[in-house]
Amino acid sequence: MSRTARTRRTRILTRVGALTAVAALAVGCTSNTATDDDGDDDAPAAVSDNDETGDTVVIGFSGPAADHGWLAAINSAAESEAEKYDDIDFRLAEGTNDPSAQISHVETFINEGVDAIVLLPTDGAALTEVAIEAMQAGIPVINVDREFSSEFAARTTILGDNYGMGVSAGTYACQLVEENDLGDAVIAEIAGIDSLPLTQDRSQGFEDALAECGQDVDRRVAAEFTVESGEAAASNLLQAASEIDIIWNHDDDQGVGVKAAFENADRDEFFFIGGAGSANAMRWIQEGTMEATVLYPPTQAADGVRLARLLAQEKGLADLVQVEVPRRVVLNAPVVNADNVEQYLPLGFES
Amino acid sequence: MSLQTSAVESGGEPGPGEDIPEKKGASGGGARDRVASLLSGSAGRNMGLVVALLLLCVIGLITAGDRFANVDNMMTVLRLASVIGVVSVGMTFVITGGGIDLSVGAIVALASVWATTLATQTMANDFHWILMVTTALMVGAGCGLVNGLLIAYGRMAAFIVTLAMLAAARGLAEIIADKKTQVVTVSPFLDFFRGSLFGVPRLVIIFALVAVGGWVLLNRTAFGRRTLAVGGNPEAARLAGINVKRHQTMLYVLLGVACGIAAVMLMARTTAGTSTHGTLYELDAIAAVVIGGTLLSGGRGTIVGTVFGVLIFTTLTNVFTLNNLDTSTQAVAKGAIIVIAVLLQQRMAARSSPG
Repeated sequence: MSRTARTRRTRILTRVGALTAVAALAVGCTSNTATDDDGDDDAPAAVSDNDETGDTVVIGFSGPAADHGWLAAINSAAESEAEKYDDIDFRLAEGTNDPSAQISHVETFINEGVDAIVLLPTDGAALTEVAIEAMQAGIPVINVDREFSSEFAARTTILGDNYGMGVSAGTYACQLVEENDLGDAVIAEIAGIDSLPLTQDRSQGFEDALAECGQDVDRRVAAEFTVESGEAAASNLLQAASEIDIIWNHDDDQGVGVKAAFENADRDEFFFIGGAGSANAMRWIQEGTMEATVLYPPTQAADGVRLARLLAQEKGLADLVQVEVPRRVVLNAPVVNADNVEQYLPLGFES
Repeated sequence: MSLQTSAVESGGEPGPGEDIPEKKGASGGGARDRVASLLSGSAGRNMGLVVALLLLCVIGLITAGDRFANVDNMMTVLRLASVIGVVSVGMTFVITGGGIDLSVGAIVALASVWATTLATQTMANDFHWILMVTTALMVGAGCGLVNGLLIAYGRMAAFIVTLAMLAAARGLAEIIADKKTQVVTVSPFLDFFRGSLFGVPRLVIIFALVAVGGWVLLNRTAFGRRTLAVGGNPEAARLAGINVKRHQTMLYVLLGVACGIAAVMLMARTTAGTSTHGTLYELDAIAAVVIGGTLLSGGRGTIVGTVFGVLIFTTLTNVFTLNNLDTSTQAVAKGAIIVIAVLLQQRMAARSSPG
């Protein structure tokens, strides 16, 4: 190929690159994968014969690619939960962020005739049809974290509570205001990726809970669930307000950067509340550099595996009078602080 | 050497962004003329950016008052600008030389992860934190070398090669870090890079050194003249005796080293190395470079413009945060600012160039 032709092509390509650059900047640089952090609580197993080895059941699990701490923890928790039971034959599909690849994983499970499918969809709506197919084939589907768009797509849904996370954080903030007599407190919020519904749910919950005690969010910035974006957002936030009483940061992954920004600016006059419940956050709580964090624990898929086993073996939840597994389980978003951090530390995920 | 100089004279001049046809044809133009033409050229070309930045500062001053105009806030803006600034200075060289690099963010991530592994940090604790710095720089240089060799000698399009590096480097970073955040525990490292010198954060000083060094390299050395020549017309540069392929390779290595420096700065800023570092740096850096006035097709580059480009974006985010505006509004404003800055710049440049 002639040199000129090649140069010309390079130029066209660079122009395409620039256009892409401008377009991406204009929409606000949000290419990060959706991060959700979930809070579920691993209740002690009920004393019943549920845990005794029963008929061997085949459980298929498919989830998104584990591209960050919380999702990695989701997968490993599900896998290790399955290993605890001799009667579970666990089939783990390779994690993917491509809905069509995940659909084919589910189709494979259907063809194999597994006894139950635990599904954390990359996109709830996109996986709904194939989940319905599985249900129609008589395979119970357990929907984890991101909901399907149809009631008929899952036998049981287990999910964290993003709105509840905001409510827990807001209620805790109200409590801090009262205990410390902060009056009209300066409250700041560092959100995650702002365009995601889960972020909006968390913020809404926070706002609603604060309204209950006559407080509001004075300063709000959004980061992108990454350490770096957390540092940048928090640095600017600290400049925006010279005195802050309470800061709620939605996500402990980005919290590493948020905390670095506090140190860089040499500021610690506020109560720092986190979200998700990473092991880092729990250690900060232990050492007293963080007030509290709101859980969105990464054990939902593990609970999903347990529920799948019960469904396949036709058992119920032992602690309920009702003999069947419930249709819907919404996990609580408890607050972890210095008083109970020891209890929750085992649930903290390394991010 | 004289051959090269004359080739460059036709392709572009040392001024940070000239190509205004007022250049002297005679290669031995008086020093005073040279300075005068450089001033009018660079001032004219950068005036749009200066106006845009001043405008932003006025808006900041009016809307946020003292919170905007205090030393602490200035330093915060500069500190936030410094990491992407270093990458953008490196990017200016590659784009001026007729190339493009989409892998900068991924290289920053890989360098930050490699320099913060348990093994590296343990060795750094036993020996010296400089080990972490050299690791980051070498990873950056290595990635740049691979990019450069494939582009210059492998005759592959820069767009494609660096796109591949973007995927591969971030993937490797995820593998090494196991998708975890590696917290930096080597406290002498943190103390050094997070400290200040005469009230100026060391990160800002590093950015300033890189910018000044980049300016000298581009405008005052044979390396800089060759860069302009290679970007302006590679064939002419080759005929003038420049080893074009080697020079292109060196440009990518240079940018790789800049990414290594940025990784070190980011490790200090965030106290962590992770595979999510440097997300979308390629776009931010290219945008800053292009807004600054460097030609995307190569042959003309300006470090001063790039620095302004970076400062405009960082100041914009700061002013918006001070005013508690949401991210969607910020994104719209960012898009508008790109267009306005480039328009202003074109108008000013057209006016300042003699008719």
